[in-house]
Amino acid sequence: MTGEPDSPGGDREFDFDPAERVQAVPPSGIRRFFEIAEERDDVISLGVGEPDFATPWTARDAAIDSLEQGKTSYTANRGMRELREAIAGYATDRFDLEYDPASEIIVTAGASEAVDLAFRAFVDPGDVVAIAQPSYISYEPGVTFAGGEVLSVPTREADEFRLTVEALEDAGAADAEVLVLCYPNNPTGAIMRKGELEPIAEFAREHDLLVLSDEIYAELTYEGDHTSIATLPGMRERTIVFNGFSKAHAMTGLRLGYALGPADAVAAMNKIHQYTMLSAPTTAQYAALEALESCGDEVRDMVDQYDRRRQFVLSRFREIGMDVFEAKGAFYCFPEVPEGWTGEAFAEELLREQGVAVVPGDVFGTGGERHLRVSYATGLGDLREALARIETFVDECGPDRTRTGSASVSGSGSVPETESEPGAEVEPER
Amino acid sequence: MSEREVLELLRENARYSATDIARMTDLEENEVEAAIEELEAAGVIRGYQAVVDWDALEAETVRAEVELNVELDRETGYDDIAERLARFPEVTALRLVSGDYDFDMEVEGDSIREVSQFISEKVAPVPEITQTVTHYVMTSYKENGIELGDGEEDDRLSFSP
Repeated sequence: MTGEPDSPGGDREFDFDPAERVQAVPPSGIRRFFEIAEERDDVISLGVGEPDFATPWTARDAAIDSLEQGKTSYTANRGMRELREAIAGYATDRFDLEYDPASEIIVTAGASEAVDLAFRAFVDPGDVVAIAQPSYISYEPGVTFAGGEVLSVPTREADEFRLTVEALEDAGAADAEVLVLCYPNNPTGAIMRKGELEPIAEFAREHDLLVLSDEIYAELTYEGDHTSIATLPGMRERTIVFNGFSKAHAMTGLRLGYALGPADAVAAMNKIHQYTMLSAPTTAQYAALEALESCGDEVRDMVDQYDRRRQFVLSRFREIGMDVFEAKGAFYCFPEVPEGWTGEAFAEELLREQGVAVVPGDVFGTGGERHLRVSYATGLGDLREALARIETFVDECGPDRTRTGSASVSGSGSVPETESEPGAEVEPER
Repeated sequence: MSEREVLELLRENARYSATDIARMTDLEENEVEAAIEELEAAGVIRGYQAVVDWDALEAETVRAEVELNVELDRETGYDDIAERLARFPEVTALRLVSGDYDFDMEVEGDSIREVSQFISEKVAPVPEITQTVTHYVMTSYKENGIELGDGEEDDRLSFSP
């Protein structure tokens, strides 16, 4: 270093040279959309991956109480014992998952931390991690940061975006070490029933796969009950289940999640956790404890409201004439864009023309092309207005407009357009 | 069962159209309409009103909660007294309650003078009424389940994973 202080934009003698693992991860695909959204002040966002509800008041109140009592020190690495016990009781009651609070549960700073711990604990350099896609955008970078190789296992709309053994075989997942699942799914809203999980479990046993099952949206299952793959025969011993308080309990900003798994698996994850995080945020742990003890009714109310919005949004897309499969979980639906459009072009034009923000499906990996993630974690008034704007947009985009839309972003998608070339014949409406 | 669902939605927002309710449920539009008609005919739904924050309107509407104690006799029961009181247009709500007093009555008027006059001239003289305690509403924070504050702004990022 010279004696001169660094000036912004000035010459520096030292360059930060990120590690290869960091450079290998491309910048976020939705960054650009943020900037477009900033240009308008009437944007209705259906691009949000978190609840529009605030954390139930009793849970917030418990957090405030804990602060007033000065409970601001670290907790046990794995989380407060009362909280782990409450989680154990909840997991048993709701999902038939039986885990020992002393050795088989770890509380983390969001389910995201727990997933990352699992990647770092169980992925060696070069290990292949199969990821059912489209999927939450953090899995791929997480595997890369851990030094593993990502294997995309695309799911298809024809299967309602459920994972099939055929898809696993086609992708070559038999040779993988780890399989990552997320059902109910972000971004598609797909769920998997017991009968559909059974062949996947059989595949995992046959090929000796470790299964990482992200069940953060488990409560948000709108028809029937959620089944965890860990409850299927022979699966508990090879599965780590992830859940948390962000979605069902509307606690995203409080950053609290957990992992359930066999004692040796949790011990390996805790080894990393104790040196990096020490313990999950204490205030959030008090909120979570109260949430499990007394907020069941609030959760049910929120789930009921999501369900109504889900049906509303699905009905509207059908009326508009866009293809959409009946998503039964999370708070997303995943319509297909009209012929001639890429997901990215549609999302960009829709945002520019009508001020409605949605996320193009490509962002979530293979299988998401030509789709949009539409979040209904937004009040019904805004949903109604947003869908009216989408209807106007679809009605107005005749063949000429469609061509312009496609041409303006040709080459920007990661997957080539196979449906039609820009300028080819298109069907404006179905 | 469908009526229950429709009722719940109308309690949330009475201006939901039958079309929107049909979109939100498994019901067809005509089934929603039939359910509403049935609820109205059975006297379950008695009306639809706006939830008003009078402070926001800066109107001079005065409201009061009035506690009423009554003395019953062989010929007169609670229902008889209530029926008589409920007829006054100034009375917006009337409930028989448990506790230290018998009736909980809500009254509305254009001024404190008007409301006071109503209570002293029309309510207090009712022979069975032994005592009235009037509480004028100074500020309302929540009405019909709706908080009247500025609300919590949606400060979520417009895109999140």
